[in-house]
Amino acid sequence: MLDSIKDFASWFFVTGDPLIYGADVSIVLATIAIFAVLTYFKKWGWLWRNWLTTVDHKKIGIMYILAALLMLFRGGVDAIMMRTQIALPGIKFLEPEHYNQVFTTHGTIMILFMAMPLMFGLFNIIIPLQIGARDVAYPFLNSVSFWLFFVGAMLFNLSFVIGGSPDAGWTSYPPLSELMHNPGVGENFYIWGIQISGIGSLATGINFIVTLIKMRAPGMTLMKMPMFSWSVFATCIIIILAFPILTVTLALLFLDRFAGGHFFTLDMGGNPMMYINLFWMWGHPEVYIVVLPAFGIYSEVVATFSRKSIFGYKSMVFAMLVISIVSFFTWLHHFFTMGSGADINAFFAITTMIIAIPTGVKIFNWLFTMYRGRIRFELPMMWTIAFIPCFVVGGMTGVMLAVAPADFQFHNSYFLIAHFHQVLIGGVVFGYFAGLYYWWPKMFGFKLNHKLGVWAFWFWNIGFYVCFMPQYSLGLMGMTRRISEYTWDTGWAPLNFISTIGALMMGIGFLFQVAQILYSTFKHKKVGNDPWDGRTLEWTTASPAPEYNFAITPHVHAVDDWWATKERRAKGIADDPLPPIEPIHMPKNSIIPPIMGLAWFVAGFGFVFDWWWFYIPGMLGVAICMIARSFSYDTDYYIPVDEVKRTEEAIRGSV
Amino acid sequence: MDKKPRSLRTLITVVVTLVTLGVLIWGMFFTADYLVLNPKGPVGQSEKELIIITTLLCCVVIVPVLILTAVIVWRYRDKPNRKAAYSPNWHDSKVLETVWWGVPIIIIIALAVVTARYTYALEPSKPIDAEQKPVTVQVVSLDWKWLFLYPDENIATVNTLTIPEGVPVRFEITADAPMNSFWIPQLGGQIYAMSGMSMTLYLKADEVGTYFGTGANFSGEHFAQMRFDVNAVSQADYDSWVQKVKGNTGSTITEASYADLAKPGVMGETEYSSFPEGLYSKIAYKYVVDGENADSEDSTDGTKQEGMGSSLPGFSSGQVTSGLSASQPVQ
Amino acid sequence: MAQTVAHKGNHAADHDHGHHDPNDLKVVGFWFFLISDVILFSVLFSTFIVLRNNTAGGPDGKELFELPGVIWETFILLTSSFTSGLATLAMNRGKKSQLIGWLVVTAILGAAFVGLEVNEFVKMVNEGAGFSRSAFLSSFFTLVGTHGLHVSVGLCWMIGLMIQLGRRGITETTKGKVTLISLYWHFLDVIWIFLLTIVYLMGVM
Repeated sequence: MLDSIKDFASWFFVTGDPLIYGADVSIVLATIAIFAVLTYFKKWGWLWRNWLTTVDHKKIGIMYILAALLMLFRGGVDAIMMRTQIALPGIKFLEPEHYNQVFTTHGTIMILFMAMPLMFGLFNIIIPLQIGARDVAYPFLNSVSFWLFFVGAMLFNLSFVIGGSPDAGWTSYPPLSELMHNPGVGENFYIWGIQISGIGSLATGINFIVTLIKMRAPGMTLMKMPMFSWSVFATCIIIILAFPILTVTLALLFLDRFAGGHFFTLDMGGNPMMYINLFWMWGHPEVYIVVLPAFGIYSEVVATFSRKSIFGYKSMVFAMLVISIVSFFTWLHHFFTMGSGADINAFFAITTMIIAIPTGVKIFNWLFTMYRGRIRFELPMMWTIAFIPCFVVGGMTGVMLAVAPADFQFHNSYFLIAHFHQVLIGGVVFGYFAGLYYWWPKMFGFKLNHKLGVWAFWFWNIGFYVCFMPQYSLGLMGMTRRISEYTWDTGWAPLNFISTIGALMMGIGFLFQVAQILYSTFKHKKVGNDPWDGRTLEWTTASPAPEYNFAITPHVHAVDDWWATKERRAKGIADDPLPPIEPIHMPKNSIIPPIMGLAWFVAGFGFVFDWWWFYIPGMLGVAICMIARSFSYDTDYYIPVDEVKRTEEAIRGSV
Repeated sequence: MDKKPRSLRTLITVVVTLVTLGVLIWGMFFTADYLVLNPKGPVGQSEKELIIITTLLCCVVIVPVLILTAVIVWRYRDKPNRKAAYSPNWHDSKVLETVWWGVPIIIIIALAVVTARYTYALEPSKPIDAEQKPVTVQVVSLDWKWLFLYPDENIATVNTLTIPEGVPVRFEITADAPMNSFWIPQLGGQIYAMSGMSMTLYLKADEVGTYFGTGANFSGEHFAQMRFDVNAVSQADYDSWVQKVKGNTGSTITEASYADLAKPGVMGETEYSSFPEGLYSKIAYKYVVDGENADSEDSTDGTKQEGMGSSLPGFSSGQVTSGLSASQPVQ
Repeated sequence: MAQTVAHKGNHAADHDHGHHDPNDLKVVGFWFFLISDVILFSVLFSTFIVLRNNTAGGPDGKELFELPGVIWETFILLTSSFTSGLATLAMNRGKKSQLIGWLVVTAILGAAFVGLEVNEFVKMVNEGAGFSRSAFLSSFFTLVGTHGLHVSVGLCWMIGLMIQLGRRGITETTKGKVTLISLYWHFLDVIWIFLLTIVYLMGVM
């Protein structure tokens, strides 16, 4: 009896590596600490009522961002572990098996559990405020989406200590990811972690596109929407069209592994190349899903901190929509080397290059927004300015990779690694940082410390170039991605060493940001509604905004309506008289989303281990939650006028 | 170019960046470590040319943009007593917009033309023009080693490849393991090695020498060990090497020893004096079910690979170089 | 026009307090969901088309499919789409019991469809043509099964809705729900037409 328990435990829990035991211990300690703090300060009720069951888009947004920063930490630690292992030949820091797990989780986490939630966090906090709405179209669904993301991410991370991490790369190509070559449960964690959070992402895409279509303040026509809202619109189109492809692809891979299917197996007529096609049919648009909102943020930031309207508004909108459509016709450039023949390679090479055109136009428009402006070097603007050269160079190497025959030499090499990190860090991460700094006062009512932010900025930026520029060279030297060791005779050692130093510098930059957040939380000055002298509606309401966002729904007359109002006021023209405050219709909190998340977690865990006594109750739980929601009619309430007035006065009084 | 001070700090940053860039570029062309930029065969040579042409074309846009960025950011920074103009509501110019939609379009058209021409010219399965008849080498990617079969000579090697210099080599590439990619940077670009497929790649070495070869697509635990040396030797040396390998009859590949070889594991360089006939096609077509292939000559099944509407890889197995269409010479 | 003037000029007449018509919102969102579902089915269709000849020596569609059963399934599903339309008509006329009645008919037809499909599947498995037999069969069962699963989910939803209608009658909220499910039901019908053509008719040809 005891022996069988022991056997089970050594299979169930990941063993053998001191790093893992360290993680086990720290997870247990952190959990105990969290429980202790919550219990001691009697915060359980507060946590449950104010956060876990909330349907308020601002709070959901903050939870997304918190989770994303946590994941950024995990993904960053993965990155530094990898860079340590290959800093020099002969380092025995990670075994090959472990190294493979680390780069797999690094990629998966950074794209799906870091970039996506950070993006959704910003969507949530800003979109309703920016279009003058009280909430998103479906607040309940929004909460469900968050919980699906969260349990998906947790399920994926659990594989670090239970069962074993996936190790077939973040792309998880079969046949390597099939049972034949990968019998462990790691791949199942990959599938279910992404699947569950992916359903949430799809729902978020639908939620926000409907919000943007139906919930805009009166007077805000589509062509008066702020650029960030437009970027979210374009992104949501891609999400709705791309995520179902991922859902199906993962489902089929799972059927192969779980039920003996033959979609991507080598034998019985399966076709592994089909997976690669399907994966990138989602995967390439996914890149634009994460980068378009960053483009939107840059547009907002550039206009605000140059104190100038965005240049070529229509062009910008058109460019984003073109990108969102063309992004679906480029997927094959991820595998020019599959031997598809010259016709097909040429076609996809050219479609890929076409995307460079609207992207280039956007760069010019940002530049000419700054031209004849007054540029203030606040943190959001610094990140935006840092983005332009970084992304331009990254874009150039992207075009070089798109040249199919040249790609035969670049493919799978560190040249490729350098390229996509340059566009994803330089484009996406810089953008989200700019967005976080820019909207932080709107979320919490104070700005983040400038000085620490500047330190973080320079560590990140210098670290970035030190880390990734050598990798372009390494690629041209023939170093391929995903190798866990190499020898001195390759001549790769010096540049790898430099690259590792760069990675550590970026890590220090991140620590500065953590310090910045902590410091500013305890030591800050409250700011008013409009700390940056902004241009759009989110700056007309309090920082942080009350739960109903706007006591009176704003009426929009112009692009950058708030800026126009300020200009009118400067000329001494009085505002339109405000209508009286009316009772405000709001959604009620719901306990169903976190419970449904838990049910999904149980189901996912059961599927990972093929334990029917887990997944059947889990799926039943999901079904019961949905039925319970369908049968609940008491889902909303009105905030009475008096209470709104009290809240508004309190806000005015406190600033 | 940020916070308070100042020109000096900015200057230092700029100088350091330029020096670094200079050193890197110098390094690229004058050190032999940059394999892709030091090709030793016609394919690699053309690919290098293409890389240079496309880089220069891109630079036509990129360099002015970078300069423009620096100038604009510097000139329009907010400071007291600034002389530069400020026009907060200037946000539209048909002329300017036409220019920056137009210029990228022209550059991309130029790039597209170049790319398309080279894509056809450098199609991996296209034979290299040469007087000599190509040497055939069959490549099998295994967990985690490379098996090279020389069907004309009936010898085989693992993790070491010897080819005659100046003679085109026709590589037939497959895998008996997860997908990998066969890459010899100094001779030319890579192509995937996939189970159930046979890909064709022509390469040629113009100089005698030892070149770095590697697996490029992650294939599992000891993927990093999938490196091999490519020895390009003179025709005479090649012939005598073949004889030497043939003469050493101590080690051969048999059906049974191949099964061992294919098991996951790492090994060093090895040479074999013979291997069973048809081993390559047996490996490449091992997943083709008898019933399916046997009647492919006469029934509708025979056209199935072509008739699927799409010719994308993965959506049709009947593409140019793939194995299931059975157009490969079978050894 | 008068309304726009009111919007701009006279705020007192404007009763917008962030209270958008919830049914309208739901219908728009549901259309987007259907678009994503179309993508989902397109992917399944394309995998089926890629794999349909990869029978691995096993039976192909010509040997397996029995058209009479499929024709019956089609007939039943199309009829159920018609009856769900009648249900909507009854709802618009405010006739609760008629509405529930037609929904019951629709659900029974839907259940019959699922029953026939399950029966077909069981037969195939018994003939040795199960999910794992070949890539063709994996993709067949997944594609047709996903549609069947959609129909089954629709059935549960419909039953839930009937209970709600019985309890609460025809209100704005229940009206919205009926609209959504009838959209969903018609959508599944359209998908089935494609299934019939691509899987069955082209399979036996």
